[in-house]
Amino acid sequence: MSLHRAAHVPAIDIRAVTKTYGEGETAVHALAGVDLVIERGEYVAVMGASGSGKSTLMNIVGCLDTGSSGRYLLDGVDVRRLVDSQLSWVRNRKIGFVFQSFNLVPRTSALRNVELPLAYAGVPKDERRTRALAALDRVGLADRVDHQPSELSGGQQQRVAVARAIVTDPVLLLADEPTGALDSRSTRDVLALFDELAAEGRTLLVITHEDEVAAHARRTIRMNDGVVVSDSARTVGVA
Amino acid sequence: MNVGEVLRFAWQGVTANKPRSALTTLGILIGVAAVIILVAVGTGSSKAVQDQISSLGSNTLTVSASSTAAGGRGGPAGGGGFAFFGAGDTTTSQNATQTRQPEVTMADAEAIAAAAESGEASAVLGVAPVVSAQSVTATYDGASHSVSTFTGTTPAYLLIDNSEVDEGRAFTDAEYTAHRRVAVVGTSVAEDLVGDDVGDLVGETVSFNGIEFEVVGILATKGSSGPQDQDDRVIAPATSVQDTLSGYGALGSISVKATSAEAVDQAETEIYAVLDARHGVTSTERDYSVSNASSFLEAATASNETFTVLLGAVAAISLLVGGIGVMNIMLVTVTERTREIGIRKAIGARRGDIVGQFLAEAVMLSLFGGAMGVLVGLVGSRFEIVGVQPVVAAYSVGLAFGVSVLIGLVFGLYPANRAAALRPIDALRYE
Repeated sequence: MSLHRAAHVPAIDIRAVTKTYGEGETAVHALAGVDLVIERGEYVAVMGASGSGKSTLMNIVGCLDTGSSGRYLLDGVDVRRLVDSQLSWVRNRKIGFVFQSFNLVPRTSALRNVELPLAYAGVPKDERRTRALAALDRVGLADRVDHQPSELSGGQQQRVAVARAIVTDPVLLLADEPTGALDSRSTRDVLALFDELAAEGRTLLVITHEDEVAAHARRTIRMNDGVVVSDSARTVGVA
Repeated sequence: MNVGEVLRFAWQGVTANKPRSALTTLGILIGVAAVIILVAVGTGSSKAVQDQISSLGSNTLTVSASSTAAGGRGGPAGGGGFAFFGAGDTTTSQNATQTRQPEVTMADAEAIAAAAESGEASAVLGVAPVVSAQSVTATYDGASHSVSTFTGTTPAYLLIDNSEVDEGRAFTDAEYTAHRRVAVVGTSVAEDLVGDDVGDLVGETVSFNGIEFEVVGILATKGSSGPQDQDDRVIAPATSVQDTLSGYGALGSISVKATSAEAVDQAETEIYAVLDARHGVTSTERDYSVSNASSFLEAATASNETFTVLLGAVAAISLLVGGIGVMNIMLVTVTERTREIGIRKAIGARRGDIVGQFLAEAVMLSLFGGAMGVLVGLVGSRFEIVGVQPVVAAYSVGLAFGVSVLIGLVFGLYPANRAAALRPIDALRYE
């Protein structure tokens, strides 16, 4: 986990990961052996129809779920060997989530929502506030810090969610259909924000089925039936 | 994640649905208040009985016949349902196997008095026989009153019983000896007959079951503690009561006053010595018993403790029900906030963080309920309840409050663990 190794350690290193639900004849192979390496600073879009396995991949990459077999190194750490509390730590420090449905904690101000990951990380109160305000400023919501999620528009809520995702300075920003619930104007805002974050050198993995979103990424991966069928960065043997 | 954060999250949870939190709190509130008030009622009634018994005088002894067939232990005022027989009837009602009807007689009382005078029973200060007349109705000028205690005795009884005459005078030894039909009456009797100006009755003639007695004095108010009104009584010379209302049978009891509270045990021994000789019995076959205020006190305290424990148990059940209410609401809350739990877990909350948050929420509900319950309990205990002035027992406040907090912990643990055990992926998908 040494920071000095980071230069040649990929952010994500997935080898032959499978995910099977159920057993025997009723078994469903959501992932049928995925290999994926994402270097730091990459802006990657994962595309695919529903049922292609992209959400399953996202859950595994986000340490919300574990694969049935294969190896997954997140920033050089084999997450399959981690226990529950260590996984919490990984989710807290290494990953920032942006969900389709924003997933802000209700009845809690934007500032408190952004502070939340820092609170779980045990960051002292003053530093927490400073960093949360900086993150909200970064997404252009400095004037909305005391608003509750119900008082914000969808686009604003998603920008709060992005602020919450970047406040811990994670290795990976993971977005699952981030524009799926937004109108076109808010979509443009959020995508512009992603472009800026990518330009700052952050690693972004965006799961989407919209070409408009994928067009912003520098690398596009297409999935179908639980396998990667195309990768704009390299040629994949297509069946 | 520090304690302050956990508490703040819990507080947000509690205030998120205020009416629901208030109702849950109410369950604990009622439970805690019930424990405090009911235990206070038990303690209060226990204290009332103790006061009543100690007002009889801690150095008063009562000698009564110990019979398994009739009567039982009469109080110092002779209230026991003792059977009185006319002199002629005694033999006819004898049971064949019984050689002697257990009884204490006027002669027994005179023997104790004689022993006291001769110095043989040095710890005895005074002796008074107690003759009781049953179902006596007083009538005066169209008004009538059913007397609960009608006692025939000697003038010494008033001293032994710690009774004082408020208006008029007590009857005298001369009147006792002369079988004069005079009486002193309690305030409850007098009020029923002449109204509030009880002094009006002094000098008047009142008919008791048709026998006319002149009222010479009104007894000072003793107050009513518990179910028995201590002022509902009439005291008259034993001689005239035997002449008219009770007949010349056994005595209800003999009241004896010891020289001091410390001399009670010695007086008891001396009474045994006198009466064992008179009755021709040994200590194992006594047909009478000597009791004093402390023995009544012990019996009363024991029965009152049972009463208090019973009341406390009923209240504890309501507290338990309140605790189940907390658990129920916490389970609902966890289900309702499954998604929030998923979000928190996704951004790095550990198992302990989630358990802490929901446990703190449950404890907050019960703690608040407990505190309000203590308040309501203390205020409620200031009012008289079913004739008893409650006396708050400090232990019941501490216990009820402590238990309410404990209930929050115990009943919060299961829902909190259930929340923490949710897998983030399932929790996030929950709609």
